[in-house]
Amino acid sequence: MGMKKALTGNYAVSYAVKLARPDVIAAYPITPQTSIVEKLSEMIENGELDSVMIRVESEHSALAACFGAAVAGARVFTATSSQGLLYMHEVVHWASRARIPMVMAIVSRTINAPWNIWPDHSDFMDQRDAGWVMSYAMDNQEALDLVLQAFKISEDPSVYLPVMVGLEGFILGHTTMPVDIPDESMVREWLGPRRQGYIIDGSTPLAVGGLTMPEDTENIFYGIQEAMNEAKKVIKEVTNEYNKLFGRKYSGLIECFHCSDAKYITISIGAWSGDLMEAVEKLRSEGYPIGSIRIRYYRPFPMEDIWEVIRSSKGVLVYDRSISFGSYGPIFTDLAGGLLTYTRNPPYVSNIVAGIAGVNVTAEDFYKLTKEFIDEVEKNGQPPGFKWVMIRR
Amino acid sequence: MGDDQEVIYVSTGRPKPPIPYNMRDVVLPGDAACPGCPIPMAWKVLSAVFGEKMILVIPACCSSVVVGTYPFHSLKTSIIHVPFASAAAVASGTAEALERRGILDVQVVAWAGDGGTADIGMASLSGAAERNNNILYIMYDNEAYMNTGIQRSSSTPLGAWTTTTPIKGKIEPKKDVAKIMIAHGVSYVATASIGYPHDFYNKLQKAKGIRGFKFIHLHAPCPIGWRFDPRYTVRIAKLAVETGLWILYEYHDGKLTISSPSRAYMDPSKRKPIEEYIKLQGRFRNITEELLSEIKRQMDANWEWIKKHM
Ligand SMILES: Cc1ncc(C[n+]2csc(CCOP(=O)(O)OP(=O)(O)O)c2C)c(N)n1
Ligand code: SF4
Repeated sequence: MGMKKALTGNYAVSYAVKLARPDVIAAYPITPQTSIVEKLSEMIENGELDSVMIRVESEHSALAACFGAAVAGARVFTATSSQGLLYMHEVVHWASRARIPMVMAIVSRTINAPWNIWPDHSDFMDQRDAGWVMSYAMDNQEALDLVLQAFKISEDPSVYLPVMVGLEGFILGHTTMPVDIPDESMVREWLGPRRQGYIIDGSTPLAVGGLTMPEDTENIFYGIQEAMNEAKKVIKEVTNEYNKLFGRKYSGLIECFHCSDAKYITISIGAWSGDLMEAVEKLRSEGYPIGSIRIRYYRPFPMEDIWEVIRSSKGVLVYDRSISFGSYGPIFTDLAGGLLTYTRNPPYVSNIVAGIAGVNVTAEDFYKLTKEFIDEVEKNGQPPGFKWVMIRR
Repeated sequence: MGDDQEVIYVSTGRPKPPIPYNMRDVVLPGDAACPGCPIPMAWKVLSAVFGEKMILVIPACCSSVVVGTYPFHSLKTSIIHVPFASAAAVASGTAEALERRGILDVQVVAWAGDGGTADIGMASLSGAAERNNNILYIMYDNEAYMNTGIQRSSSTPLGAWTTTTPIKGKIEPKKDVAKIMIAHGVSYVATASIGYPHDFYNKLQKAKGIRGFKFIHLHAPCPIGWRFDPRYTVRIAKLAVETGLWILYEYHDGKLTISSPSRAYMDPSKRKPIEEYIKLQGRFRNITEELLSEIKRQMDANWEWIKKHM
């Protein structure tokens, strides 16, 4: 039987990992991720979880050890944040190019310098070109559910890509909420045994990652792009299965809120989407025809799903919690680029970058900013353009 | 794989320990090594010990290229190519996974150059040693970054020319990685040389029988980087030992023993002059008298250290 527990977002991830029962876990501490691997260590030492814990000397080695174990047929897990993720970056690419399924939790924290441990999405977004499937939670329940789904998606033969699951440090990571933990035997049955494309275990000579000529290398990269497309289908199937089995109501790649009759749509990812929805609710009550899209899976980018929702809308406002310096927020960039493959007459699209380095953005702020956007489009008949909104209190 | 215990005796003088004649089972013809390269020489000895029952974990280095270009492959064993700094960490994970799956007859061998070991890979090497992960780590020491065009590593010897020490030669002494590994308190550390395959073979056999972390520091003269005629690879490897510059020893469970090829040279009068070794290599062309005597002084100190710890 499943059970309800009051858990922090980090512990919710640990419990999901426990249910997925990886063979090997690698651990290296960094705030705000640390309590995930601490909890897992405790579970292993008290006998609740039968996994091998490799306590490595760096994040580069954490992901490398996971890679080595996964290549040899093990289900693996690790978690990190910010500088740790940057330090791993080389191996992040390595794992996806080897098409090795694995799961990693990213407990978001801004990138330093200056030293700052508060969350935005810059660490997570920094990995967007690495060939990992990338999901992001809105609350602790979803953090747990996404981690479990990540194992299933990663190990699907038409995907065979690593998956990272993001959640915001402290906001979710260290905040306690009631979380429904699925029944262990049901999860075991649903996940099934580890699946991967190939195993290097000495039974037959096999090599991975060696020197490859341009055409073959490109072919391997194209395979990742195809797998990303397949992943869109797989994510939806896995979500539906999961909903049925464990009594949840998730949508697939995106979640819609008041979208069906909306003329204006906001787009966001992560925990602050909750505050944004609150603002949308309030605007609705004042008669604004507004809805919101929350991105659940950032890679593969759910362009088709978003397009279906916004194709008849008048204006789209993208809230990014990270910035590509000298350009725009990453979600906006993806969306704007994608739109032009669908239409020559896109809706008015604008981008607000806010909440950088942990700056708090409240429902009230979202209310004001969204209202301003709609009013401006209505009044001037053109989008207000890119804004970096600094909120000072 | 031929299990027949046919043996070859390479020496005409005193009998050598036998190496089973299966050195070509794993190392196939058609690799991409330069003429006279020490890497395939060492792989043949590895082949004689482990056959296909090894998983090589290879970070960026000459060996990544020597195995050949996909889909061709000059080794009949498994290889995981990995990022430069990560050989020991990947190998740790692979070894844990094999053990977990009950596969106990396959040796995970991290096979890395001196750059990938003494420099960028040092942290992950140290971590794996401290955790005592069940891997055999072999540092083939060609004393520079050869893959990227002969730049100095911390394992390049004093006075040696490289493309990043182009005029004065290296001004710092060679980092002694074997001693660093001994300080980790691991069960097995050995030095070896591609000039002494029987000795290397014995050490690999010994390492094969030990569970946990094992380290072998393999001296591997590179004709391209050291600037010598490719036919002299073995001769130069032997000269390093015969001059007393490269000392073959084994450190096993706290006990240090000098290996037989080096034993005679405990007596300094038996050693060949190091000039014989130096003069065959273009990389030492500009070496000064001062640096030469500093090299001798360091060599003597190394012998003293070894004698003290025997
Ligand atoms: C992170 C990183 N930095 C630099 C390189 C470039 N690189 C590839 S091989 C190599 C040198 C390898 O030297 P060594 O380990 O001594 O092996 P050798 O080539 O001499 O066999 C370097 C610097 C790399 N692949 N990865
Ligand atoms: S440069 Fe030296 S070590 Fe590298 S392949 Fe050529 S001979 Fe071998």
